[in-house]
Amino acid sequence: MSVVAPPDEAQAVDGPSEVATPGLERQAERAKARQGFLLGLPAILYLLVFFVIPLGVVVAYSFATRTRSGRTELRDWNLNAYARLGDDIVLTVAWRSLWVAALTTVICILLAYPLAYFISTRSAVTRNLLLVGIMIPFWSNFLIRTYAWRVLLDSDGLVTQMVQATGLGDGRILFTTNAVILGLVYGYLPFMVLPLYAAIERIDWSLVEGARDLYANGWGAFRRVVWPLSKPGVVAGSILVFVPSFGAYVTPAILGGNKEGLLGSYIVLQFLSARNGPVGSAVSVVVLVVMLLGTLLYFRAGGKNL
Amino acid sequence: MHDTTDGPRPAVELQGVVKRFGDRSGTEVTAVDDLDLRIADGEFFSLLGPSGCGKTTTLRMIAGLELPTAGSIRIHGEEMGLRPPNRRPVNTVFQNYALFPHMTVAKNIGFGLEMRKVPTGDRAELIDWAIQLVEMGALAHRKPGQLSGGQQQRVALARALVNRPEVLLLDEPLGALDLKLRQQMQHELKTLQREVGITFVYVTHDQEEAVTMSDRIGVMHDGRLLQVDTPEAIYERPTTRFVADFIGQSNFLEATVASADEVVLANGQRLRLSSDSPSGEAVAVTVRPERLTVHRRGEAPAGLHHLEGRVETVTYLGNAIVYGIGIDWMHLDVRCPATLAVERRDVGDEVTVSFEPRHAAVVTG
Repeated sequence: MSVVAPPDEAQAVDGPSEVATPGLERQAERAKARQGFLLGLPAILYLLVFFVIPLGVVVAYSFATRTRSGRTELRDWNLNAYARLGDDIVLTVAWRSLWVAALTTVICILLAYPLAYFISTRSAVTRNLLLVGIMIPFWSNFLIRTYAWRVLLDSDGLVTQMVQATGLGDGRILFTTNAVILGLVYGYLPFMVLPLYAAIERIDWSLVEGARDLYANGWGAFRRVVWPLSKPGVVAGSILVFVPSFGAYVTPAILGGNKEGLLGSYIVLQFLSARNGPVGSAVSVVVLVVMLLGTLLYFRAGGKNL
Repeated sequence: MHDTTDGPRPAVELQGVVKRFGDRSGTEVTAVDDLDLRIADGEFFSLLGPSGCGKTTTLRMIAGLELPTAGSIRIHGEEMGLRPPNRRPVNTVFQNYALFPHMTVAKNIGFGLEMRKVPTGDRAELIDWAIQLVEMGALAHRKPGQLSGGQQQRVALARALVNRPEVLLLDEPLGALDLKLRQQMQHELKTLQREVGITFVYVTHDQEEAVTMSDRIGVMHDGRLLQVDTPEAIYERPTTRFVADFIGQSNFLEATVASADEVVLANGQRLRLSSDSPSGEAVAVTVRPERLTVHRRGEAPAGLHHLEGRVETVTYLGNAIVYGIGIDWMHLDVRCPATLAVERRDVGDEVTVSFEPRHAAVVTG
């Protein structure tokens, strides 16, 4: 809030009479708070129009009525859409999404942790170069990069051919859940690497030396010192990967098959093909609430370990 | 104290230890240069020197946190070679304590025992002993972040001592404490060391700390060990100008060795002082300010070395008076007790400064 220099600085040196006036400091504080609000106003307005109001629409839709023709009408508020959430198809899709997101998160941790560890133990120059390297993919469009995977994974694609050449299998994973996980890991790995790097880099190296001096071997020092101290990074990275993976739409749409849908595509399906706005909205709301709760719990658990 | 090193198995023995660090541009820095050192069992030994002299590197090599470029390090006769820190019978108290911030005091102290797989029952008993030793019983369940600097220091000490190491390495453990606490901890450390009987190797840049606590001191400079001796010998009989200057204050009179028992001062005056340096070598005669006495010109007693000069400054310090005295080619500081029995001198007085031959040392460098 203290972005702007306090406006009352000049007054403060004016004389003792000013200082003695009661309530003056509260006025100044209020003025400062007003200033802070004004600075935040453009962003607040933007979020209100393009985030809060649409979200309200979705919530409202989830309680609305669907007409026979597939139109959603804001009357006769009911819980019909929520009743549909117990359907087998919804549960199957939700479970599969959960599984895909969890697996993506775990794979990301396993891949990102050693990488983040490696980066954070380099010299400053090397470190920055590697970090820029991690972020280079962001310079091109996510959609294009995902389509690139489609080409690579095609039956005569480069990756498929390479897998076949090594004799590890036929390498045909395009349009399967495995391809989706591969795409998600590819897309979200940087979101795991960066917080992990930040957490590991902050660890005081002398703590590791202390552990080694106290009879811990390399693994012991890692397990008892480095890992617990880097947990905030693991938590942050997991949230950053799990949340978008759980609701992913683009990656499954491009790399996944028709048979094994995920929540993201199920919601789209409800809105566009089934023309069932209330059910689509209800699923969205539940996903949102579940993820918010999960995030909250995760943060609290992580915070306690610090 | 000199004989302690002649025992059959010193606690720590360094032989020709060299450590070079290479930097990016390929130039090498020699942090420790051909170090030979024997530290006796049960000794409180200090490595003393200014920052960058290689004392911490030496300590880290004993701990195994750094590997020597050349030379041998033995602990109770056993060659350490490339052994990692966790397989050496030593523990370290780090400069910043390196306490694990996510563990309680008790967990911190028990860490080494846990890693060595000491049975839980014995572990609890030992942790208790160590916590009592440093009087931290009331705070056993706190985390390091909730402790003051002095308390953290005690925990670090307990965490190392609980393992009953053969040698305890301390890297400027009192550096972060304020003066009063530091003096109190100096005393406690010394008492503790006698109590547990463990060999302490103590690294510090604070000469007063080293003199107060140590059985012997090794003074380091530029990666070399200049002198190893008792605090008293280091103070009274320094062999190099650096040591004389680093430990306390001293006056230096430029001189040349004339023979094995005579030096010639820069003004041609001859003094009977023995030295190990060959004839013709440039040396300095060093005398501590408090070992000098000021007399009225010509009234200095015979049998002492005399220097004639003139009082230039008088500084009253309460318990002492420091006279700045100009002798014809240089300047001397003389420190006298400020008692009423001692006659005061004034600026401009012609005086004779005297000292006993045994209070002067011939130093090189």
